[in-house]
Amino acid sequence: MEYRATKQGYADGLIELGRENPRVLVLDSDVAKASRSCDFQRVFPDRFFNCGVQEGNMMSVAAGLALEGFIPYATTFGVFATCRAGDQVRNSIAYPKVNVKIGATHCGITTGGDGASHQANEDIAIMRSFPNMTILVPGDYEEARLATKAAAAFKGPVYLRFGRDVYPVVPEIHDGFQIGHSKLLREGNDLSIVTTGIMVSEGLKASDLLRHKRIIARVIHMPTVKPLDVEVLLKAAKETRGIVTAEEHSILGGLGEAVAGFLSETLPTPVRRVGVKDVFGESGMAQELLDRYGLRASNIAEEALRLLQRK
Amino acid sequence: MLEDKKLQLLREKAFQARQDILEMVYRAQSGHVGGSLGAADLVVALYYHLMRHDPKNPRWAERDRFILSKGHCTPVIYAILAGCGYFPKDDLRTFRRPGSHLQGHPYQPKTPGIEASTGTLGLGVSTAMGMALAAKLKGERHWHYVLCGDGEVQEGQVWEAALFGNKYHLDNVIAFVDRNYLQTDGNSEDVMPLDPLAPKWEAFGWRTYDIDGNNFHEIVDTVEAAQRLKGKPTMIIARTVKGKGVPFMENEASWHGTPPNQEQFERALKELTLGI
Repeated sequence: MEYRATKQGYADGLIELGRENPRVLVLDSDVAKASRSCDFQRVFPDRFFNCGVQEGNMMSVAAGLALEGFIPYATTFGVFATCRAGDQVRNSIAYPKVNVKIGATHCGITTGGDGASHQANEDIAIMRSFPNMTILVPGDYEEARLATKAAAAFKGPVYLRFGRDVYPVVPEIHDGFQIGHSKLLREGNDLSIVTTGIMVSEGLKASDLLRHKRIIARVIHMPTVKPLDVEVLLKAAKETRGIVTAEEHSILGGLGEAVAGFLSETLPTPVRRVGVKDVFGESGMAQELLDRYGLRASNIAEEALRLLQRK
Repeated sequence: MLEDKKLQLLREKAFQARQDILEMVYRAQSGHVGGSLGAADLVVALYYHLMRHDPKNPRWAERDRFILSKGHCTPVIYAILAGCGYFPKDDLRTFRRPGSHLQGHPYQPKTPGIEASTGTLGLGVSTAMGMALAAKLKGERHWHYVLCGDGEVQEGQVWEAALFGNKYHLDNVIAFVDRNYLQTDGNSEDVMPLDPLAPKWEAFGWRTYDIDGNNFHEIVDTVEAAQRLKGKPTMIIARTVKGKGVPFMENEASWHGTPPNQEQFERALKELTLGI
């Protein structure tokens, strides 16, 4: 299996955008080498602005640039984009619906060795609670590249979520990218697995595990967490016996709660959430942490069995 | 330089703005009257003399931009925008009411003439840096005027923006600190000392001036001097009197965010009238 970084998809998407659209600018806050926005800087030095270690200022500066017609991609780690600069994202960008794109790298538990302070496990939750915010969580390198480009064509604030590490390339999700649209990866009517971000590969593996037990799972990949693809969710709720969500994020406030919240008010359906529990992470290798925090295909399959038994 | 006739006009406009500020906050029974009264002369000097702008065409590309970073002082900017004709003066009656475009803090998408949404302190200075950088990238030559409060410059983001303005040589920015020494909880030097303030900005690479911010001659002469110099952004420490124009409100921290009751409102209007 091939592995690539989603943040590299972001960087490569930015360079393509740089060639196609002179209004695209990139800002970073002294993590350009880690976020890979340095690749854009190399090609377009005059359209790259390193703000230093000041994420809050960067977000409001980006708002100013956008108010004057540019399409700035403000780049930093997920923890800084959402917690450190949460006020500026809320009030300078989301509230006035300013056309800023936030490129958040190093999201989720797979940030690894830096430990809990740098592992954004709550960023989706924070961004979901801001009106006007669109949230894209691509599943692999190619989808990250496509999402980065789709964000530029979309008018309004977008939060783009990427990881630090390399993740499996999933050819099934390379067929274009439309904001708000999910991707049906496996047909099945016993239950549905709904994934976002890098959990897509685990979701597919989980469906294989379940197949051995003669359970045919529908697998839906949902790279847009907000707005939710409600039609596909409703269909899954009607046609299958329940939904297991999987995200490399806290089970609080992420995809799982979004899905459960929507369905509980429209078509009550059993939903079980795979994600980081209500705990902070710790240092470790990305792959170790995925095991340790229960973010594997086996965890998804377990929840699927639990869900089916309950019914 | 201000001619006598212009000076008289500015005085009249400031008087009118102060009346509108008092009425807006009284009617809403909510809003920030002290800082708005104190900053009225600065904002009047900008809109009625220094700035190139067109109320009929609020998005005119070549306009000078004014960013109210001390976003709680909406009464002063709303009064002056309405006075200039950006929107009907009757709208001022809807200040802070549900459905109004005149929100408690500036909301750019809805209010004609408002350039940036601000409110949590520090945002406006940074947003102005972004707009000023945009103008540089596009080769546009308009000015960016920013008004921040002195309590506001205790906020770390302001100093992030100061570093940024220095790095990108944003000499198309002329900012003011509304230096009235009063913030919500009292005297700024008790709450969190700021003095000496000008040297702090100097050290961050900004050109500074220290003026009487309630004196039209000083405001105009200083801005015109700053416009002639290149290479760095300008910060004007504008010493103002919070509550200026209404004697019983002057230099009283308690008038930061408290609306006047009917008796106080009527007395304020009367004393303001007498003051002219």
